Amino acid sequence: MAAAALTILVIDENRIRASIIEAGLRDAGHERVTIVHDVTGIARRIAEIEPDVIVIDLENPNRDMLENMFQLSRAVKRPIAMFVDRSDQASIEAAVEAGVSAYIVDGLRQERVKPILEMAISRFNAFSRMARELDEARTELENRKVLDRAKGILMKSRGLSEEAAYALLRKTAMNQNRKIAEIAQSLVTAAGLLEPGDD
Amino acid sequence: MTTPFQITAGFLPLLDSALLVVARERGFAAGEGVELSLVRESSWANIRDRLAVGHFDVAHMLGPMPIACNLGLTPLAARTIVPMALGLGGNAVTVSTGLWQAMQEHGARGDLDPLLSGTALRAVVEERGRMGREALRFAVVHPHSGHNYELRYWLAACGMMPDRDIEIVILPPPLMADALGSGRIDGYCVGEPWNTAAVAKKAGRIATVKAAIWKSSPEKVLGVAAPWAEAHPEALAALQRALYRAAQWCGVASNHGELAELLSSKAYVDRPAEWMRPALDGLIRHDDGDTVAVADFFVPHAKAATFPWKSHALWYYTQMVRWGQVEASAANEAIARETYRSDLYRAALKPLGVALPGANAKVEGALKTATPVGSAGASLVLGPDGFFDGAIFDPDKVGEYIATQTERAN
Repeated sequence: MAAAALTILVIDENRIRASIIEAGLRDAGHERVTIVHDVTGIARRIAEIEPDVIVIDLENPNRDMLENMFQLSRAVKRPIAMFVDRSDQASIEAAVEAGVSAYIVDGLRQERVKPILEMAISRFNAFSRMARELDEARTELENRKVLDRAKGILMKSRGLSEEAAYALLRKTAMNQNRKIAEIAQSLVTAAGLLEPGDD
Repeated sequence: MTTPFQITAGFLPLLDSALLVVARERGFAAGEGVELSLVRESSWANIRDRLAVGHFDVAHMLGPMPIACNLGLTPLAARTIVPMALGLGGNAVTVSTGLWQAMQEHGARGDLDPLLSGTALRAVVEERGRMGREALRFAVVHPHSGHNYELRYWLAACGMMPDRDIEIVILPPPLMADALGSGRIDGYCVGEPWNTAAVAKKAGRIATVKAAIWKSSPEKVLGVAAPWAEAHPEALAALQRALYRAAQWCGVASNHGELAELLSSKAYVDRPAEWMRPALDGLIRHDDGDTVAVADFFVPHAKAATFPWKSHALWYYTQMVRWGQVEASAANEAIARETYRSDLYRAALKPLGVALPGANAKVEGALKTATPVGSAGASLVLGPDGFFDGAIFDPDKVGEYIATQTERAN
């Protein structure tokens, strides 16, 4: 099998996502995987690595430069085409949707490459989901902190219990048809403005 | 209330996304019943891919890109048509401060003159050759771009051979000024505000401008997925009318302040408003202190600036042949000509009763001064449209033009 092993290059500025892809490729039995985060000097790296498959994230602003390089056989020795198969519209759509594109050297059999692209697509999607969840968790934590501060302000300035302070915030939010986090943020901002300051 | 046409457009953060931005933000799209969503992208490859898979219906595109797609020169090719251009001009050539100093020693002046700057650059290239130093490196945004072709045209017309005398690489516009500052490249050709960016950062000087290399020359276009255009002719025509009105608005000098602010906002170019002013006002800051007036630096509306001339498409095709991107053939020439759809432009704008060119193509470089021309409806003034070396491109003599250029290169 060693002779048939594919050399895969992953170009991704996002280190976490790149290592998720790498892990997936290694789990699938691909040993010859190289990760590049920075495209500086990429032409030389490609010449050294001689990849069969190149996976790039679509956010990379250097895609135009990379594609141009792939088309110049001088830089990569073998011309590199895009995607698994031009006629495979579903794969192309899934890849663009996930934010990944793959380039393969000419002449490589499609069925050998398709599992790699499919793996990359699913890992990219998993990463996006993870990033979204992390983002939501962060917002949630942030909201909770602001809510605690807002409650504290009400408890101190109006002599309310914590429960009553929360109830007041909730009632105000409902009356104004806004989120409780927004009301809490407004209160914290207003309190900040009313505090005796330097000006 | 009729249901509005929903149209999604991709764009890159460049000054010449102005027509799309204004069509949306100033209500011209809504006025034509178009709900226009604008999605900012980070590369032309993404624009092309997302147009191909239907994420975008239309897009801000480099003029030669749809032709390259239809000629099968791109990794992912969708049939794309150009029913409208998004203005004329707007690019410049910026060189590093070090290279500019060397060019000054050979007669370059701060007047953006392409012949003076080019001749000085050639002297520097020859000097470096004699000293055995490596070739200078210039960047452009894309192999199928007006930038690539006008830079090469300028170099060749000044006696240099691109690729041999000057290496040409691809870089995304927002990274160019920093690449210049750090010495990774010696110069570049890009749209605004990315030349002004280098001047503002004291990383470079503007050596010449597109509007001087080729006056009234084409740049960005509205690229449209052909299947979408065929399925939604009314939506496309409504968008074209909205973009025409946006172009009119952009062409009014008293709107430039507001336009600069609009473009500078986070959702669009996301750079300071004062970086937008030089191109809009035609007052180019070639270095820290000096400003040069270039009246036609960027033309959003006047001179039929949004008309998709077939002669522009054919000129791009001649350059694709010239630089070895495509074989010369009658079939390829026809593909280029048919990509630009002057017929759709006329049909969409006819209800506005505005001045429309009567011809689909014109001899490029023939108008030495601004000239009133025959047009349907109101009066129309075109030109000047000359190339700086005095050459003429007759779209009826494509083969001869290509032959002349190949001869010159050898």
